[in-house]
Amino acid sequence: MTSLQQVCTEARVQWDKLQDSEVPVLFVGAATCGRAAGATEVLEALRERIERDELNVLVIEVGCLGPCSFEPLVIVHKNGSPRICYGNVGPDEVVRILESHVFGDDPCARWALGKMTPGKLDGIDDFNTHPMMHRQVRNILRNCGLIDPENVHHYLARDGYRGFLKALELGPDKTLEEIKASRLRGRGGAGFPAWRKWQFCRDAPGPTKYLICNADEGDPGAFMNRSLIEGDPHAVLEGMLIAAFTLGASQGYIYCRAEYPLALQRLDVAIGQMRALGLLGRDIQGSGFCFDLSVKKGAGAFVCGEETALIASIEGRRGMPQPRPPFPAVSGLLGKPTVIQNVETLGNLPLILRNGAQSYSQYGSESSKGTKTFALAGKIKRTGLVEVPLGIKLKDIICEIGGGVPDGKALKAVQTGGPSGGCIPAEKMDLPVDYEALTQAGSIMGSGGMIVLDEDTCMVDVAKYFLSFTQAESCGKCAPCRVGTRAMLSILERIAAGEGQMADLEKLESVAQTIRDGSLCGLGQTAPNPVLTTLRYFRNEYEEHIRKGQCPAFVCSRMISYHIDRDRCSGCGACARVCPVEAISGQKKKPHAIDQETCIRCGMCLSTCPARYAAVFRRSGELTRVEPRKEVKRKSD
Amino acid sequence: MTSSRDKGLSRIADILAKHPANRGSLIPVLQDIQQDFGYLSEEAVAELERRMGISANEIYGVATFYTQFRFSPPGEHTILSCQGTACHVRGGRQILTELEQRLGVTAGRTTADGKFDLERVACIGCCALAPVVAVDGKVHAQVTAKKIPSIISRYAGEGNFS
Repeated sequence: MTSLQQVCTEARVQWDKLQDSEVPVLFVGAATCGRAAGATEVLEALRERIERDELNVLVIEVGCLGPCSFEPLVIVHKNGSPRICYGNVGPDEVVRILESHVFGDDPCARWALGKMTPGKLDGIDDFNTHPMMHRQVRNILRNCGLIDPENVHHYLARDGYRGFLKALELGPDKTLEEIKASRLRGRGGAGFPAWRKWQFCRDAPGPTKYLICNADEGDPGAFMNRSLIEGDPHAVLEGMLIAAFTLGASQGYIYCRAEYPLALQRLDVAIGQMRALGLLGRDIQGSGFCFDLSVKKGAGAFVCGEETALIASIEGRRGMPQPRPPFPAVSGLLGKPTVIQNVETLGNLPLILRNGAQSYSQYGSESSKGTKTFALAGKIKRTGLVEVPLGIKLKDIICEIGGGVPDGKALKAVQTGGPSGGCIPAEKMDLPVDYEALTQAGSIMGSGGMIVLDEDTCMVDVAKYFLSFTQAESCGKCAPCRVGTRAMLSILERIAAGEGQMADLEKLESVAQTIRDGSLCGLGQTAPNPVLTTLRYFRNEYEEHIRKGQCPAFVCSRMISYHIDRDRCSGCGACARVCPVEAISGQKKKPHAIDQETCIRCGMCLSTCPARYAAVFRRSGELTRVEPRKEVKRKSD
Repeated sequence: MTSSRDKGLSRIADILAKHPANRGSLIPVLQDIQQDFGYLSEEAVAELERRMGISANEIYGVATFYTQFRFSPPGEHTILSCQGTACHVRGGRQILTELEQRLGVTAGRTTADGKFDLERVACIGCCALAPVVAVDGKVHAQVTAKKIPSIISRYAGEGNFS
């Protein structure tokens, strides 16, 4: 068998060749998000053209580079030219890039996001100076979008598994010291120091220990773990090797949600490669360390993100949590000491081992070290996956990296931490993003979902949305969560329907307290957070719903009505054609009208009415919202 | 009749053979059966009870806990309407309403002709391209209510959903 060292050396040679390849190389971002944006069609068009013209071009599918709103992304390597990253590349554009840039001398600057390698090119700046990139520090995501995630040699060439080899060299005790010195905290949400959990597990009696990677990324609005596994699976698996070696665990599990088919496929491929390289099994790399891994596919239950529920699910039972203590680190899977770490926590470990704790902790704030990935989405210009040093100000992420709210709307709040988190209002954008500051503001860091909300978002509706999620996902084992979330949701539904009373607000707060104090697991304990933070920062919105029966953001459908402005309506009939309940009538080229009795307030007429007429307007209580009329741009503009 | 039943039972035996014979295999086995048969039939559960020594009661207890499992045959195409946070604030609810109107079923049901399953999903992790709808695993990005008829008709074949 060839040694890992030899494979690494060969991998590096191949990688270097690829960097200076004579043959042009196109790297197409084909993670789930890229494919949703049309990468599959881009690949088809590209391969068709290459075959038709018998071109000598290499196509490599890579993971997601991060700026999802610019997808599909294509990076082009052409010998003698700086490498260029192109954004919003469709099937037509990719063929044009092939013709004009790869086999011509026009670098198609209009589609370029930036240069990825040094060199001068007119009209194209460095990719790292792109507004979405220049505040980012990409350590965990360093390979995502750049390597072929199904080619382990790419990972090895970029110092892959060096962190694990370093751990073998140091031994378990010193590895633990290194992790302790890095002050890495769990990236799943709670921020518990990783080393302490490991220490508990090591101290627990018995020779059998388990390691579980929690890839049950269930928070709606979060896709950090999906991206990392899809783009660089070995980074997570190397992290598992390091953790397992330190703990003395002989068996590991990856609990990944079924909703991530591509991530599951990448894990399968990567685990097979590890086995072939002698990185799994008995006596790994001659160290005497034995470890094996298997993937457990989640079956769709949010509560299984909770440690004890996740263990129950792996054991083949209903995913219901257990009271703690005993903590899993002492008594977990099959009663044995078990450490459960989030995907990103594990993805940090190779960095710490490879570069040393000191290098790792140069990033971050006093209490929160390192970098953290965030999934930026919602009402924001540039969406995607970003990685920043902890302690960065919220506004730097939202306004600089994300480019703020689109369409000239005002920022209202940022939702962090998913259903366990809360809404941080626009006036608090100076807040540093670290575990303590976010908790103090009533939210949590969470796993990294960041949803931007603008003036058109109703905070009562957001609270209701999260509560309906947690209520549906509550496993029903303990009464405070089962009954309490139902009670809170009923009150919120009442308020959103215009039937709320002022006393409801105090009732919400008191039920919230009971759920927090009495629930068995984190799902219940944190479920009230979205309601409590919106009550804390946006109480006036609740009051407006209750006192005036109006929804200032025009979202709560029971409180709004749709009307047609007779003076603006051209009688084109577009609204009447889409109305699902035929509530709109009128003669051709004459103003139409909506029958309020029949209308179900779906809003189809509003979104269909051509912007040059903008004849549909909304009322809510005393408020009226008329949409601005826009002249249609002629094609020649 | 008997032969297709026997064939089904032997497929279950094949699935069981791929997993270790312990309780921890129950969920993976159920997943494989659903993958193969499309749903968990009463016969399949009875067969598992016999072979795994876990009561049908207990199997249903586990299976009904997880949203992935279904107990009736699936439609030809599965439409998932994402209701994640990003999709929600970008009009995901309106998309689902439109799907329900066009298909004539509520979420969680199959159309009368057996063509489509309509399901709501908590989040499929394509938040940056919200709102999204996934049909048979293909994700459609930045969907608007207006695009729904054309998405449906792409899968409906000769059926008339316009």
